[in-house]
This record gives sequence, C-alpha cells and structure tokens, in this order.
Amino acid sequence: MTDSPLATAAARSGGSAPHATPILQLIALHKSFGTVDVLKGIDLKVTPGEMVFLIGPSGSGKSTLLRCCNRLEEPTSGAVVVEGVDITGPKVDLNKARRRIGMVFQSFNLYPHKTALGNVALALIKVSGLSRRAAREKAMAALSDVGLADKAENYPAQLSGGQQQRVAIARALALEPKVMLFDEPTSALDPELVGDVLDVMRKVREAGMTMLVVSHEMRFAAEAADRVIFMDGGVIVEEGSPQEIFRAPKEARTQTFLSRVSH
Amino acid sequence: MGPFERFLDTFFNETVMAKYLPAIIGGMGVTLQLAVLVVVSGIVLGLLLACLRAYRIKALNIAIVAFSDVFRALPPLVIILIAYFGLPNVGLSLSAFVVIWLVLGLTLGAFAEEIFWAGILSIHKGQWEAARSTGLTFTQTLLSVVLPQAVRLTVPPLTNRAIAITKSTALGMVIGLPDILGEATTAQSFSGNASPLMMAAIAYIVLFLPLVVFSRWLETRFKWRQA
Amino acid sequence: MDALLDQFFNVTIMTQAWPMLLRGLAMTALICLIVIPLGLLAGIAAALLSLAERRAIRWPAIAFVDFFRAVPPLVLLIFVYSGLPFAGIRPSPLQAVAIAFVLNNAAYYGEIYRAGILSIGKGQFEAARSTGLTAAQTMAHVVLPQAVRNVLPDLISNTVEVVKLTSLASVVSLAELLYQADMARSVTYNASPIVAAAGLYLVILWPLVRLVSRMERRIAA
Repeated sequence: MTDSPLATAAARSGGSAPHATPILQLIALHKSFGTVDVLKGIDLKVTPGEMVFLIGPSGSGKSTLLRCCNRLEEPTSGAVVVEGVDITGPKVDLNKARRRIGMVFQSFNLYPHKTALGNVALALIKVSGLSRRAAREKAMAALSDVGLADKAENYPAQLSGGQQQRVAIARALALEPKVMLFDEPTSALDPELVGDVLDVMRKVREAGMTMLVVSHEMRFAAEAADRVIFMDGGVIVEEGSPQEIFRAPKEARTQTFLSRVSH
Repeated sequence: MGPFERFLDTFFNETVMAKYLPAIIGGMGVTLQLAVLVVVSGIVLGLLLACLRAYRIKALNIAIVAFSDVFRALPPLVIILIAYFGLPNVGLSLSAFVVIWLVLGLTLGAFAEEIFWAGILSIHKGQWEAARSTGLTFTQTLLSVVLPQAVRLTVPPLTNRAIAITKSTALGMVIGLPDILGEATTAQSFSGNASPLMMAAIAYIVLFLPLVVFSRWLETRFKWRQA
Repeated sequence: MDALLDQFFNVTIMTQAWPMLLRGLAMTALICLIVIPLGLLAGIAAALLSLAERRAIRWPAIAFVDFFRAVPPLVLLIFVYSGLPFAGIRPSPLQAVAIAFVLNNAAYYGEIYRAGILSIGKGQFEAARSTGLTAAQTMAHVVLPQAVRNVLPDLISNTVEVVKLTSLASVVSLAELLYQADMARSVTYNASPIVAAAGLYLVILWPLVRLVSRMERRIAA
C-alpha cells in the first residue's frame, strides 16, 4: 500500500516547529533580460508549511521570481537556497534539486501523448528511479489526492481544463516536493472550473505543504494565505498577513493596485 | 497489322514479356532491398542528427546544417557519379549497390534531419519546462516528452520524402545496377521492343502505388486528428 | 591526400572544363524555364480537378497524380525517349525531358496546391460567394492567393527538386550541366569536372534550400 503524497506531506510537516529555519530563501535575487531589469534585488524567506501569495500588476516580476526558484529562469545574481543549499551554486545537481521543488504552470503543460497516469508516473520512473509498478501505484495515489483516480487512463485532450490542472498538481505532488510553486494556476481556466482547482490547493495546504503562489484569486488569497507579498517594478513593495494587505495596505502603490482589481 | 495490334505488339508483347519477366522480378528484389536499406538508414541518421542538434553545440550544429544543406541541394545523380567514378581513383572501389545505398541514405538522412528538427522546434516550450521542473534531464526530456510528440507531426512529410527518394533507386541504372530499370533497359536493347519498359513501369506501380495511397491516407487522418 | 585533391579538386582540369560546364548550365536553365512554369500551371489544373465535386472528374485526376507520384521520373523519361519511338513517335531529347518532367511535376505541384486549397477555411468560400462572386472568381481571387501563400515553402522546395531533376536529362544525352561534366570526366579520367558542376548546383540551390528552411521555421513558430 502506497501512502498518498498528501498523507506523507502531512506526516512530515507535523513535526516541524511553526517558525523553523526557512525552507526556501531568496537572497538579493536579480534577473535582467538584456537591458531590462525584471527583478531588482529580492529577499524572501519562506518557512515550512507556509503558503505565500505573490500579487502585483502584470510585468511586476512575480512569474519571473517563481521561475527563478527552480532555475527555469537563470538568476543574473543572488542566491536561491532550498533547505540550506544554494541551488545556483556550480556543483548543484539541478535535476535532483528540482525534484524537491514542484511546479504548476498556467497552461498546465501536460504531456499530450501520455495518459493522466503516464503524466504523473514519468518523473517517478526517470528521476526517482521507481519501478514501473511502484510508479503506477504512487501516481494513482497522487491522482486520488486530487480526486481524479477515475480519470487515470484518460488523455489530457479528454479532460476539462480544471481536471488537466489537477493532474498537473498531482504530477508535481507525486515527487513529494518540499516546496510547490504555482504560476497563475487558474488564469487559463473557465470561471466555473476554478473552484475545483482551488479546493485541491486548499487540501495541499492543509497537508502542510510549503507553497509559493502567483495568482489573481484575491478572495482565495485572503482566506487561505499565511502571507501576501505585493510586488511592483521588480521589487517587493509590501508584505504582511492577508488582513494587513487587503484591509489596510500601507503603500500607495498597493492601494492603487487593490482598488483596481477589486472593481 | 492494325494500329491497335501494333500498339500491343510494341508495349505488351507477350513473348518478350514472358522472356524477361524473371529478370524484371529479380530487379524488383534489388529495388526492394535498396529501398528498405535507404529508408531505415536514412531515417535513423536523420533522427540522430536532429537529436544531436537539439543540444545546440555550435561547431557540431554548423556541421550538421552544412551536411543537411549540401545533400538537400545537390542532385543525387551528381553525387552518385562522383562516388562511383571518382572514389576508385583514390583506391576506394564501391559496388553500384553500395554507392546507391550510401548516396540515397545520406540524402534521405539530410531531409529527415530537417523534418525531425522542425518537429522538435514545433513542440511548445512549456513541455520542456514542465518536464525539467520535475527533474528530468535534458536528454530524458528530449527522448520521453519531446520526441514522441514531434515524431507524430513528422510522419506525413517524412513518408512523402521517403517515397520520392526510394524511387530514385532507379538512378542506379546509370551505373549499371541490376534493379528494375537497369534490367528493363538491358532487356529493351536485347529485344528491340518497348515491352520491358512497360513492365518496369508496372513493377514500380506495384511497389510504390500502395505507398503513395498510404501517404494520402496518412495525410487525411492527420488533418482529421488536428481538427 | 594529394591523390584526393588531384582526383576531385584538380584546378587545371576544372578550368579546361569550364566553358563546357557553362554551356551545360545554359541548357539546364532552358529546361527549368520550360518545366517550372508549365509544371506550376498544370499543377493548378491537377489540384482543381482532384478537388472536383464530381467523382467522374475527381477520381481520374487523383489516379493521374498518384500514378506519376509512384513512377520514378527517370523511368518516365526513358519510356518517353526510347519507348515511344517504337510506336513511331520520335521526340527529341529536349522534348522528351519536357514531356516527362512536366507530367511528373504536374502531379507534385498539384499535391502542394491541393494541400494549400484544403488549408483555406470554408468561411472564405462562403464569404466570397455571399458577395456574389462566382465559384471560379472565388477560387482565382480569394482562395488561390491565400493557398499559394500558405504553401509557398513547399512550392519553392519542389522547384529546387525540379532543378535537381534536370540532371537526369544527361541520361538521354541532353547536353545539360551534368552531361557536360560527365563528358569532361570521361575524357580526363578525373572527377573534378563533376565536382565543379556540383559547385554550380550548390551556388544556385543552396540559397533556396536555406530560404525554405527559414520560411518553414517561421510557419512552425
């Protein structure tokens, strides 16, 4: 019997103190594309089990920040420290590091030639080195966690957008990452499908997963996030609890942004 | 003899046909062997080169593109003549069969490389990112995620190109290869009758028409799946 | 190494063969000037007929196209050049080359146009017909221009194939580029003239091959 990834995550997070050492830390992170500075020195600590929301106008650098966390974008300078190891260092096995950092994309990016189960199992076989049978069992458990065990043999084209995104979450979850990155996970979905994906994210959070989320779902952020970070122009403008940010933002830029998105 | 009888006697002469049928069938064997060898080696070569190109090693890529361009731009007959008549003078004598196999295999390889490469490029960046974010290496991503999708797109153009190039095995006749056309032209000059040429045309139709019809079917199926 | 250079890149022999090669090149150009325009025109006809509503028109057209896609052009050329004389028709080498290659390329260009026409959405036909254009006008002014643009890389790519195909004319002793080069080779027992001819083919065709690759990439992106 394979433990579900969520159960494993829950068991793991149970022992850790609420404000232990950061599981993910960004230090003076800079990123420029040519002459354009997208990230101008980001410092951020995420503690185990924390759900951090990144909000801000488009072009503020949120997605780039997220993509620097697993080096899909190469930081220009600065450090990305995961569990005490700087993964921008020269001797780091990036592929091993990435297994500990799950990522969910705006456009799902499921493999169209593989079934839901095949999508989840691929990295378990190729990266974790599981046998086909063990990988299948674990992938099934992950699909159960996102409520899609009955769609295991379906191809992505046969699934709704919401179901595809839940398979993508299962794909990341199955590798039992320490941190999960969500890059606008609901932006590509029809409104009526958003709820299912948010429910799954809530479940993942309750299991104690550390999550860094870029999203425009402000209501969800207000209800579920531990911390909200407002970014603009490549810097962190303001951060605080959802109450602090949504009810009483201190910075003018935050106020302007929130008044725009809430209307 | 009326005009119709004369036509039959010239192009469908029973005696001539019966006499040279074994030779034409032997020629079909040669053509078929060459076709299989050319297709297999050409596609394997093209796939290998396209995969190597994906690593974007500059010097290697320049070499691959140069190879592919030259073999796509040169008429195969030109390369065949250079190889068949030039190489023996530098101590490398290859049989007509090997020359045709090598030249057409390399030519198909050059075209296949371009087709596979276009297929690899057509796969969305998000597929690479998703796979790499789960810890798959570049090579694992290329082989398990990108190629299976890319190959599907390449089937129709590759089939058409493979048919066109295997048909070129008929060029072997120029350097004395006993393939269908080689046997037919020999038979024609011995018999003083055009029937062997007609048999050759029929033999090619028998071998290649099913492939042409198959490629037509592939294309409609492919379109339908896209929609 | 010296033997290799002498056998394939002998400058003296190349220089001697040069005037012959240029005459050959002129004949190659002449074949292209006949076959490419006629092939492009006949191809449109083949495409329209193979897309006809009526089966009695469509099936023979498709059979025509598939027949010429299945028969190697060299077989067709030899059939026309040395088969037809048995029936009392004696085409000159140039006539034989023109007949064989135009037939062959009507089929190939035809398939390309056909794919292009099929790539145009039904809405274009409907919009044009709704403004009162006839079927022929719709085809000529609305569908074909878009279709040709969509398949331009394939049309150019097949034109490269036609230029390469002209080298087969050497088999029926038409004095085009490869024939002249092979003549020079058989006189000098040296492959350099053919290498020089290869160089000429490359100069003409390499830019086109590059162009097609670029265009295809832009469409794929």
